[in-house]
Amino acid sequence: MMFNKRTSPYVTGKQDVSVIMRQVLYALVPGTLVLIWYFGWGMISNLLLAIVFAELLEWGMLTLRQRPVRPFLSDYSAVVTAWLLAVAMPAFAPWWLIALAMVFAVVIAKHLYGGLGYNPFNPAMIGYAAMLVSYPVQMTIWPAPLDFSFAHIGLGQAVQQVFAGGSQSWDALTAATPLDAVKVNLGLHKTLNEIYANGQFGLLAGQAWQWVSMGWLLGGLWLLWQRIISWHIPVALLGSLALMAGIFWMINPQVYASPLFHLFSGAAMLGAFFIATDPVSASTTPLGKLYYAGGIGAFTYIIRTWGGYPDAVAFSVIMLNMAVPLIDYYTQPRVYGTKRQQG
Amino acid sequence: MNATYRELTLAGLWNNNPGLVQLLGLCPLMAVTTNVVNGLGLGLATLLALVSSNFAISLVRDYIRAEIRIPAFVLIIAGNVTLIEMLIHAYFPELYAILGIFIPLIVTNCIVIGRSEAYASKNPPLHAGYDSLMMGIGFMLVLMVLGGLRELVGNGTLFAQAHLMFGEAARGMTISLGTDFKGILLAALPPGAFIGLGCLVALKNYIDKRMAQTAKASQPITRQPLGEAA
Repeated sequence: MMFNKRTSPYVTGKQDVSVIMRQVLYALVPGTLVLIWYFGWGMISNLLLAIVFAELLEWGMLTLRQRPVRPFLSDYSAVVTAWLLAVAMPAFAPWWLIALAMVFAVVIAKHLYGGLGYNPFNPAMIGYAAMLVSYPVQMTIWPAPLDFSFAHIGLGQAVQQVFAGGSQSWDALTAATPLDAVKVNLGLHKTLNEIYANGQFGLLAGQAWQWVSMGWLLGGLWLLWQRIISWHIPVALLGSLALMAGIFWMINPQVYASPLFHLFSGAAMLGAFFIATDPVSASTTPLGKLYYAGGIGAFTYIIRTWGGYPDAVAFSVIMLNMAVPLIDYYTQPRVYGTKRQQG
Repeated sequence: MNATYRELTLAGLWNNNPGLVQLLGLCPLMAVTTNVVNGLGLGLATLLALVSSNFAISLVRDYIRAEIRIPAFVLIIAGNVTLIEMLIHAYFPELYAILGIFIPLIVTNCIVIGRSEAYASKNPPLHAGYDSLMMGIGFMLVLMVLGGLRELVGNGTLFAQAHLMFGEAARGMTISLGTDFKGILLAALPPGAFIGLGCLVALKNYIDKRMAQTAKASQPITRQPLGEAA
């Protein structure tokens, strides 16, 4: 007599890579819609260009590496990478900037390390950091929010800006992002109250940017609810960023921006829910996730406040990606039934 | 005799290239190769140090006790490198300013001590000198190719600052990709050196693999009589 032995779990969901990636894409929608509201065609062109280049490069690398093309090309992982890069790059970014960023992300950071699941670094952040280091001017010129929405800039103008290089008159309409404005003006020995008075700032942070961050927060909470990501990374990242900011804010609120400002500026929300949570390059143990994300938050604050760049989520993520093997090694959870090793 | 030299040439330039296969002397390889001229300058200095030191070491190899051979080698190498440093300082002061600390550091370059330990201390002077010459040229070529790659991608130029080595007449040697291309700054920074060297090593391995495949394919198939086949 033979028993048909099946071990648990008996009920499984259809969780494969493409399902998870699709859900991440859904979660990205609210924040992206806010960005499109403020930057119009500029954000749409970023997204389209990034996705097209990412899929083309993915196809090219898969063919070169003699891997099955169809399953990998349709798992949406390249789309997620492209999407994250597109929303991180300035609206109306020139096409070659996006193409180059995708080369670094897909070819160097992903496929040269062995493709999906083998990359030690977050591909989107490698692409972003490589471009930020190589083209600091193009990567920090953000058009002023709303001035470049659909109502002001038509499709034709947008295409010309992206493919033929911008006209000089556009430069006058660009605006420093809140983090940039704060950093530059603090350098000029202004107090934060004086900086906030220029009308660019809202209740929490930058007038436009706080709503973008809200969008990421909304999508991120949905991801949490869907259990695509665990609470550890977002909570630890935002918590350590807020803690660092809070300490220095209490010391001198005129020189150090408030914790709320830091949480709702730049890529803090995007990083906490979408970038640091990348299952491949993040720490995998529960305790390790806390260390990993806490480190990202702390480094983000340190570089934002005392470093040379206005925002630092990309650099912090890459730095902590390097530490992940070590973190994972020292934070192995205790196997049930065994004694904790005395160390 | 000839076979030895052919072997040494092949090993130095390709099969056992210090830059691409042994991966020795990575520090100057990474730090200096921001353009072709710097690469050529340091490559020449290393080449001179290699040949003169290893020729000298090979001459005295029978008189040095095995126990103290390493300090003795380092002493000889350091003397030669100091000489070369003074020569560059005297005749190419601008190049000296760029290469700076990396010229005295040739003393600690693993390629030099590696060749003296592995080859010069066991072989006659002519062989040792020739071996060093080929290793030095192989290293210099890698420095120049990497420098050229990084210069082209990072700055959009080639042979910039050639006048530092070849005099004022060489100013015209600079090739530019045009004013529109500003270059990818990353290539000129340290990460660019690592990525560039990685690409070169990969290219070399790829060529080796292809050559091995074609060699295998063109090998005549030797038929063995059925009874003797194992």
